[in-house]
Amino acid sequence: MSILNKEEAKKLLEKVIKLSKADECEVSLSGNEGGNIRYARNAASTSGDVSTLTLSVNSIYGKKSGTATINEFDDAALERVVRRAEELAQLAPENPERMPLLGPQTFKDGTGYVAATAAMTADQRADFAAKSIQVAKDAKLEAAGFLENTTSFIAILNSKGMFAYDIDTNVIFSVTTRNQEGTGSGYAARGFNDVTKLDTFSATKIAAQKANGSVNAKAIEPGKYTVILEPVAATYMLENMFRGFDARSADEGRSFMSKSGGGNRLGEQLMDEKVTIYSDPFHPELPGSTWSRDGLPLDKMTWIDKGKVTNLTYSRYWAEKKKVQPIPSPSNIIMAGGDGGSIEDMIKSTERGILISRLWYIRMVDPQTLLLTGLTRDGTFYIENGKIKHPIKNMRFNESPVIMLNNVEALGKAVRSISEESNRSYLIPPMKIKDFTFSSLSDAV
Amino acid sequence: MKRKDFLQMSALGLGALVLPSTDLFAKEIDVADLQNPGMPTQAKKALADVALNTAKSKGASYADIRIGRYLNQIVATRENRVQNVSNSESFGVGIRVLVNGCWGFAATNNVTKDGVAATAAKAVAVAKANAKLISEPVQLAPQKGHGEVTWKTPIEKSAFDVPLKEKIDLLLNVNGIAMKGGASFVNSAILALNEQKYFASTDGSYIDQDIHRLFPNFNITKIDRALGKFETIKSLSSPVGMGYEYLMPTAADKVSGVLTRYKNRYDILEDVQQATQAVAQKVNAKSVEPGKYDLILDPSHLWLTIHESIAHPTELDRVLGYEANYAGTSFLTLDKWKSKNFKFGSPLVNVVADKLQPGSLCNIGFDDEGVEAKKWDIIKDGILVNYQAIRDQAHIIGLKESQGCCYAQSWADVQFQRMPNISLMPGKTPLSVEDLIKNTEKGIYILGDGSFSIDQQRYNFQFGGQAFYEVKNGKIVGMLKDVSYQANTQEFWNSCSAIADASDYRLGGAFNDGKGQPGQSNAVSHGSSTTKFTGVNVINTARKI
Repeated sequence: MSILNKEEAKKLLEKVIKLSKADECEVSLSGNEGGNIRYARNAASTSGDVSTLTLSVNSIYGKKSGTATINEFDDAALERVVRRAEELAQLAPENPERMPLLGPQTFKDGTGYVAATAAMTADQRADFAAKSIQVAKDAKLEAAGFLENTTSFIAILNSKGMFAYDIDTNVIFSVTTRNQEGTGSGYAARGFNDVTKLDTFSATKIAAQKANGSVNAKAIEPGKYTVILEPVAATYMLENMFRGFDARSADEGRSFMSKSGGGNRLGEQLMDEKVTIYSDPFHPELPGSTWSRDGLPLDKMTWIDKGKVTNLTYSRYWAEKKKVQPIPSPSNIIMAGGDGGSIEDMIKSTERGILISRLWYIRMVDPQTLLLTGLTRDGTFYIENGKIKHPIKNMRFNESPVIMLNNVEALGKAVRSISEESNRSYLIPPMKIKDFTFSSLSDAV
Repeated sequence: MKRKDFLQMSALGLGALVLPSTDLFAKEIDVADLQNPGMPTQAKKALADVALNTAKSKGASYADIRIGRYLNQIVATRENRVQNVSNSESFGVGIRVLVNGCWGFAATNNVTKDGVAATAAKAVAVAKANAKLISEPVQLAPQKGHGEVTWKTPIEKSAFDVPLKEKIDLLLNVNGIAMKGGASFVNSAILALNEQKYFASTDGSYIDQDIHRLFPNFNITKIDRALGKFETIKSLSSPVGMGYEYLMPTAADKVSGVLTRYKNRYDILEDVQQATQAVAQKVNAKSVEPGKYDLILDPSHLWLTIHESIAHPTELDRVLGYEANYAGTSFLTLDKWKSKNFKFGSPLVNVVADKLQPGSLCNIGFDDEGVEAKKWDIIKDGILVNYQAIRDQAHIIGLKESQGCCYAQSWADVQFQRMPNISLMPGKTPLSVEDLIKNTEKGIYILGDGSFSIDQQRYNFQFGGQAFYEVKNGKIVGMLKDVSYQANTQEFWNSCSAIADASDYRLGGAFNDGKGQPGQSNAVSHGSSTTKFTGVNVINTARKI
């Protein structure tokens, strides 16, 4: 049993803190429980489950600290891990950036735990997979997919009395359906805290429609095009940008948030005024932790407000150096939608453009401008005079999300969407972007 | 198995090194504990027999067990301070069984007789539960048991025998050289791994292996505040299947040229000096004129192109559709192999798969199914001749035995098909890097690996690099920046026009090749000599924001 409730966690952590002989001490407990199922060629391929509980002790002597962890909880083990942390701390060099621990804080309770997800069984996972596979078989396609559910908690207590607890549940699902000839492919992905919202049948139906709709793709000339990005494509692209909303790397002069001549871009109109990006751990569709790992409360925070950079994260150390308030890294990211309507509305208003269902293998080319390269995948369609005309061959792009968000023509309603590599959830709208740069054709389906 | 972890959204900055994620089961231990030998072999054999017998008694036709102890040390520094020192140990057991033609797997960190018996029973239960979702029974290629055997990476000095202080001093020295030389920021790190893996199977194998890996590296940022521009450069070291001897340089292992490169011994203090100068030049380098160029690719760069465009598409399970939901499939479909006439590359292109090269990351005695390390051709004289397969795939390509490509990243993960070393063979006649440059009118010489991206069937790719030198009429005339090249895999490898000889051959590689859902890491090396490709499309990646 790896999931402890708030009281059980606090009791164990208090027992460990009492063993500390160091100047300061911080103890944390984290547990994970869950399982997964993977399928390919319309059959299950692998499955697994996991149950872990880990105690981590960070002992501090002035500016020196050391960390030791264990996954055994008898009295002898607890004594051992505290002593080890203290020995490592005494061997460690001083870290001039170490900040003193914070005292008691009040954190609101998070809303990310859903009992139904925590109770998921291997049979339920197999059933979700079976429903998806049946859709593919009925559509004469081959499905490959993955489903994973996790329940995780983390609790922290320090020698100054700060205590925090968070628990959440998560289920992710993705499926790719392909035809026998390898000439059509479609994809769908979902992520929720609440498994009762997951419908693998409907999701696979959409993937199947895209697969069958993408046969007989025609090649078009690469270049700059107006594109409509479905949320899963936009999420994967923008995720690369969110990590850069940080003051230190900007102040050091080595990110896209750095200003020429020194300093960062706070206050600058960096994007189109339709763009607002914020965090809110209490958003009903995307609950997040209400406290950060360094012990600061998390609340609503706006990073980009109508295109203007309004906040960047500051670690406690960097905030002190710059004489500002610390701004912790957020536990979720939301991009506000707009009045651009549905994807169908955006298609209707497009004279010439491309509908992109999914992007793939995005990697950083130039961190200075956040230039990324990647490709389209699993459902790329040419739009002419307000209608989808035909599927097109996939293409490679070289584009920067910062430039892209300067070229926003319309934003739809923000929906919960997972990033296909990190599997993190975000709330991102479908978006119509002009002058998106495609640089070459790909033969890949 | 990933905890939704916004709490770790990086404040390290975009210029920082990315450190591999530590195993959730790993526990921090004393530096001295890294030298403990762990559970004695006979004790492991006793536990293995309990597991195998339990599995058989519950209905398994085949079973294997891996008792794994993974020791990990990371020492990471930036400028004049230590960012992190982490010593961890992960110890546990993974049991795989075949019941009625269906695989089952379970793992535990309770390494006792009761723990392994319960886990073996669980694996059988998982196999039985999954049986209703499979369409055809697993067909295992036969494999003879090896009895009780051992294998060790032939290291000269274990990284864990080197005191922490010596590593910290070395890294801070590296950083000091960079900062004195004008660097704006520098990160450096040493990653050391010891995989103590005991494998046993119902075929009658009891294999005890002791595997070592090392990766010292650095990353330098140079900022020109007036211009508002910055450039980065990383070390020319490779991750290796070696001990600490990799960090003890010898003259014989150096290859001189516009930048010194390294074979089986690395001179980190020399490399940081040259890198600091090179990155400063890069800031002021000429921005490349896009167009077609001949490319001369150093092994420190080419390894990644080989990895993405040859190694991944020849993974048989990828060809068959098992990775379709993640990185996709492969354009190297079975019909192309069957034709025995698919011109993957020019007749100069010979690619070999192996788990034998000394110093390589895949150098091993036996894979995670008890199959001994082998070597075979993948591309011969430009023609696709083979793939990478494991026991339950061998029959698909008409093989009577597995090629030995089975691997799991830890005891807690199920083993599956992973890349062995995949290497481009050196040219058969004497040819130096200088010859390649002399014979090039309009070219770019690229060293070090940079950005990388390839499509979901491995056709269209784009690669960056670390250092780019313009070659004009047989001479290097200066550095370039903003360079990336794009190509189609088959066109690219058919444009291979010259390969330097064996004296230039070097290994590059990756510590963390990703595949599978949930994802698993694999460490793999790719060897080559400097190679020339003609008429490749080069783009300029500069933009303004």
